[in-house]
Amino acid sequence: MGERRTVRQQLRLLPVVPSVLLLLLFLAAPVLWSFHASFTNAALTGRNARNPTWTGVENYARLLGDSAFPAAVVLTVTFVVASAVLGQNLLGLLIAGLMTRARKPVSAAVGTAVVAAWVLPEIVAAFAAYAYFSKDGTLNQLLGGVGAAGADWLYAYPMVAVVLANIWRGTAFSMLVYRAALADVPRDISEAALMDGAGGWQRLVFITLPLIRSSIATNLMLVTLQTLAVFTLIWVMTAGGPSNASTTLPVLAYQEAFKFGDIGYGTAIASVLIVLGLVFGIAYVRLLKGEKR
Amino acid sequence: MHRPAKILAALMSAAALLATSACSAEQPAAEKRTLKIVYQKTDSFSALDTLFKDAKKDFEAANQGTTVELQPIEANDDDYGTKLALSLRSAETAPDVFYEDTFKVRSDVDAGYLLKLDGYLEKWDDWKLYNEAAKAAGTGDDGGIYAVPLGTDTRAIWYNKKVLQKAGIAVPWQPRSWDEILEAARKMKASDPSLVPFHMYAGKGTGEGTVMQSFYELLYGTDSELYDQQEKKWVVGSQGFTDSLSFLKTLYDEGLAVTPAEALDANVWKKVFGEWLPKGRMGATVEGSYTPSFWQKGGNYEWDSYAEDMGVAKFPTQRGQEPGGVSMSGGWTLAVGADSKNPDLAFKFLSEALSKKNSLAFTVSGSQIAVRTDVAADPEYLAANPFVKDVSELVSVTHYRPATADYPRISAAIQVATEAVITGALSPQEAAEQYDKTVRDQVGDAKVLQK
Repeated sequence: MGERRTVRQQLRLLPVVPSVLLLLLFLAAPVLWSFHASFTNAALTGRNARNPTWTGVENYARLLGDSAFPAAVVLTVTFVVASAVLGQNLLGLLIAGLMTRARKPVSAAVGTAVVAAWVLPEIVAAFAAYAYFSKDGTLNQLLGGVGAAGADWLYAYPMVAVVLANIWRGTAFSMLVYRAALADVPRDISEAALMDGAGGWQRLVFITLPLIRSSIATNLMLVTLQTLAVFTLIWVMTAGGPSNASTTLPVLAYQEAFKFGDIGYGTAIASVLIVLGLVFGIAYVRLLKGEKR
Repeated sequence: MHRPAKILAALMSAAALLATSACSAEQPAAEKRTLKIVYQKTDSFSALDTLFKDAKKDFEAANQGTTVELQPIEANDDDYGTKLALSLRSAETAPDVFYEDTFKVRSDVDAGYLLKLDGYLEKWDDWKLYNEAAKAAGTGDDGGIYAVPLGTDTRAIWYNKKVLQKAGIAVPWQPRSWDEILEAARKMKASDPSLVPFHMYAGKGTGEGTVMQSFYELLYGTDSELYDQQEKKWVVGSQGFTDSLSFLKTLYDEGLAVTPAEALDANVWKKVFGEWLPKGRMGATVEGSYTPSFWQKGGNYEWDSYAEDMGVAKFPTQRGQEPGGVSMSGGWTLAVGADSKNPDLAFKFLSEALSKKNSLAFTVSGSQIAVRTDVAADPEYLAANPFVKDVSELVSVTHYRPATADYPRISAAIQVATEAVITGALSPQEAAEQYDKTVRDQVGDAKVLQK
């Protein structure tokens, strides 16, 4: 910017004013409120319910001493990396890549199947995943059908179950992003590379991936932030258990704020979650910036 | 985009995704003389809905110009409590009359959510008909009464007579000590290894059920206690706590209860009521006096012959010491919101909703234990199901939870301890030590009594 502003230029901003106001009111305000509450002893019930007092960083100090907290951070990062960064992202790319080569009916069928999981409301998808992985669930019945012994997945491998469920549910988004990106890769460049004797892998690594790099960064950012905030899926499938083995930060924040009525402490956890989202966000922004040089 | 703008964009999108769960407040239309009633309704619990619908019809007819707005919340106990607490936080959303769990009364009085009813109760003739224990359930820390109980409950051993008889155990069965429970359970297991002889809840999945229908029956039957009423402190390091965990460990380790994985499923109680007991796959369990409401006509798991097939026994103390039995009681109340614009009218509605006719109907259809003496003496109440007399007698050995504002955390810490023990993650001793540490961390050393 830097040039002189004219009235006309300022008027141009007028149409976006309502949406900016709405964003501030409905998005920024709750975040700021939550941030503010994390410095108080706000509670759902008890003496501090209506007149919370400022307690400074007490909630954060308590977080550092809480053994459940570091475990939840590790589980959250594990969940995000395994289900979003690796799972949804790579699988989405793979499916999109294969779909460009597949015949039309095949690609349409695959696309519909993948998108179906994404279209389901989260609560429905969560119950479907619960029904699939639970002890008497579909997976164990299928395994039993071929004579293999199943396990009680939600109990024995809760993280694996929720990670797989989240991959199943979210891959469609990455697939759609990559389909669009791959469609934009100019044919002639790949063909030129082919003429120069580049193999499939070489074309992927040196031609396709660099060309869709900005889509990769955008996709990573979106799926990461979506996955960081996943609550319903985990709550319905395992409720954070057994023994906190799948308690990620959103689940922990919910338990503290609503089950124990400690709003101040719960919002402190939520604030850490926002910071974690920022860290991922900045990393991806860097990735985008590096590519444009 | 410039870099700061990008970071801002990242922040905004992060915020957007994280904020989607933020709640929206409902704005009731500001009308004159409107009473807002909030209560719980589930697919298996509609007795209260019926009560309020009847009360609304009568009340609106008798008080022209008054609108009674019923707002049932369809949720389980935990979520109902959360939703109610959220609406009570602000005077604009707070209901005039609401359904309140007895164990939340004290902390909600502390929060200033409940209206003191002493002045109204003095002038209400029916109040004299309530028994003393029931009156205590609605009392705040200052001795004032803030809530009127709808009914109460007790917990007992429910056993399938056929299963016990098959294993050669005489019915009616009444174990005198923990050892006698184990003895009978082992006998059943020996006669049919596929049986679940004696199940008791454990772990976080069953939530408050784990403590109310399992752990407290054990702990309150030992020589130790959970909370020292005189000193108002939480007891840690007691032998009874470790013993209770050891008993659960024995049940689970020997396969006398369901598998740990099944126990941790929040829906396990549905299988207990709907499948295992009716089909004779389970010998006995500890459950509430409301149990018949699931099996009687119109219940969730109708079972024609439950009255003949099932028996009730009192849960014994650890070694048979006095008073020879243990039970736990909870129950729900009706309360008036402290911010009600029409408190007189709200109390009037509350008292009419709790008339003898309504109370009786609610007590019978919800398999509650009566808190009004006139309801308790009514033939219809006594004939509601064959177990009313047995479970009502348990009031003499029952206990109430120490329902301070810290209570939910204590309860959660116990659930964690039971979970660690039945899954084998910790020994009873270690789990008890971890519980002690959690309690100290959560409520502070000043509120802890080392035994």
